[in-house]
Amino acid sequence: MQITSQTFKANTVKALADVDLQRALRHVEKGFIGKRQKAADALPEFEALRDSAMAIKQHTLKHLDLYIDAYVEKVEASGGKVHFAEDADHARRIFLDIARRRKAKTVTKGKTMISEEIGLNKFLEENGITPVETDLGEYIIQLRDEHPSHIIAPAVHINRDQVEADFRKFHVDLDPERDLTKPETLLSEARQILRRKYGEADIGVTGANFLIAETGTSVIVTNEGNGDLTQLLGKCHVVLASLEKIVPTLEDTAQILRVLARSATGQEMSVYTTLSTGPKRAEDQDGPEEYHVILLDNGRSNMLGTEFEDMLRCIRCGACMNHCPVYHAVGGHSYGWVYPGPMGAVLTPSLIGVDKAGHLPNASTFCGRCEAVCPMRIPLPKMMRHWREKEFESHLQPTAARFGLGVWAFFARRPKLYRSAVSFAMPALKLLGGRKRRLRSLPLAGGWTKWRDLPAPEGRTFMQAYAQSGHSDGGRP
Amino acid sequence: MSGSTRDAVMGRIRRAVGATPDDKERREAVAARLAGSPKGVIPQRGQLASAERLALFVDMARKADATVVEIPDYAAIPEEIANYLRERNLPAEIKMGDDPRLAGIDFSETALSVVKGPSDGDDLSSLSHAEGAIAESGTLMLTSGPDNPTSLNFLPEYHFVVLKAEDVAGDMETLFAGLRERFGKGTMPRSVNFVTGPSRSADIEQTLLLGAHGPRRLHILVIG
Repeated sequence: MQITSQTFKANTVKALADVDLQRALRHVEKGFIGKRQKAADALPEFEALRDSAMAIKQHTLKHLDLYIDAYVEKVEASGGKVHFAEDADHARRIFLDIARRRKAKTVTKGKTMISEEIGLNKFLEENGITPVETDLGEYIIQLRDEHPSHIIAPAVHINRDQVEADFRKFHVDLDPERDLTKPETLLSEARQILRRKYGEADIGVTGANFLIAETGTSVIVTNEGNGDLTQLLGKCHVVLASLEKIVPTLEDTAQILRVLARSATGQEMSVYTTLSTGPKRAEDQDGPEEYHVILLDNGRSNMLGTEFEDMLRCIRCGACMNHCPVYHAVGGHSYGWVYPGPMGAVLTPSLIGVDKAGHLPNASTFCGRCEAVCPMRIPLPKMMRHWREKEFESHLQPTAARFGLGVWAFFARRPKLYRSAVSFAMPALKLLGGRKRRLRSLPLAGGWTKWRDLPAPEGRTFMQAYAQSGHSDGGRP
Repeated sequence: MSGSTRDAVMGRIRRAVGATPDDKERREAVAARLAGSPKGVIPQRGQLASAERLALFVDMARKADATVVEIPDYAAIPEEIANYLRERNLPAEIKMGDDPRLAGIDFSETALSVVKGPSDGDDLSSLSHAEGAIAESGTLMLTSGPDNPTSLNFLPEYHFVVLKAEDVAGDMETLFAGLRERFGKGTMPRSVNFVTGPSRSADIEQTLLLGAHGPRRLHILVIG
């Protein structure tokens, strides 16, 4: 997909002015935050499970080479095949080889973010293969020729009436007079249309929430049952997954599952947790004839052993974006690539480069809610700061920002000069603030005062107030 | 092509994690974890005596929008299903696999017509036998095989699942231990399905609706 992270600022201006988007985004706060809290509160061991889940991933990442070897061996023992893919282009070529060999015309798809990351749909269409998204949200997005704006609720930016209009436009075989005013009728219509597609598919594609080294198993977690039908009824099952989805054992999977659904949708368990191991067995009456896993690196091995390794613990629950004030305001598309919200602000620069995605880690208020709710305790704000530092080091920031920081650093390194400068500035600003004690405009701070007033300082500096409050040593605590 | 990619990817990972050619300590740590499958934090909620455990399962399954009835034995299954379908004005037809535990059931006393085999997508109702259940979350576990085709779990609109009360475990870990015992360490059936309530979607304006692509209703028949 086309990357627009470079124009993040322009994207957000557009998003803030988009009435439909702003209407739809209200559902994010309403739909997710309370439910997660309730589910977390209902399980006394929830915090201990977060620690346990985090420790499992830390252990796995430190031994990732060995667990991948163990995993591959088990997949092959069960009759499946693992294909290592260096990057997006490589993954697409591997997929096309499988599709060509199977003479595939139609591919059904469960929800997979890796498919978005490698731009699979467009590539398949270019090669004469029809991809059919089966997750309701993904199906809506595909009709609209858009991309997901949320990692677990891909169509969260779209309103019911917009879905109705799309269904009328695309489902032309159906009665134009039919009633589609209720979400139920929209769901039934999608169910009816997609039902026929599963069995017709030459290949069923899914992602994976986990790859289990102990057994060579891929795990998907769904509520609709679409991913399960996709992998069951397609003649060949292809799993798209990235390296860090590996977990050691079944028990480790059970630990992480307990924090996944609660953090994502506030459910005790998602409706379907399906473990798939290899193709159909000789005596089975259903199941795919072939089972392939395309294991994608695409920059992840370069994150290992760096300050961004913690990001590889992410289990894609979406809690960070559900709780992010920036995401609530601008939605997922503003981030300009596959992964939005705080996890996207950290992951996107790692995968496509800080030169393209440097704006994203700057789009944070550092309120810390993302880290507070992350089931894997990923220090997202800290990593966004790492990216800001890297951006500064590589001279990617605008000249004005670098100049401002330079001036500040000059004073910060000279405390006496700094204190005397601010002791002149504070009373001056107080005076400017007038009786209302608010500054409506200020030179060099137009970016702030264009949208809101700046509260005027009290007149004294912190150090002056500190000294007066009885600390006569002038601020050496 | 893939072989050299594997070498390149694995080479980068090994450098990043500080692997050495011998690496005794790391190898032992991995082997021990894979062999021992240590349990982590098991919530207290499901750690109950059998009667309370069953009661918790029923409660949690209902909270996940499943319906649950307790029946005395296998012989009571046909009447329960026939009544369920009749009360809802649904056709008295059901698709099922060849599970030996269900083989001896006599459906002839009811109006039910029974067809054996996987679902072709046109079946309204299906009957499966669960391998176990989790009280902690109200979840059923079904495994694939000639006895219970996986398509019966997903394609029909009404899914009936038979569960023996004694197969209700407190937690998922207990069921995994059972799978190991039955299939061997490190070996799995093609598909293991954990099912918690009927299918649903909240993809339109975060409004939760039952009956997405899987069954609209899940009816659990607990025996004994």
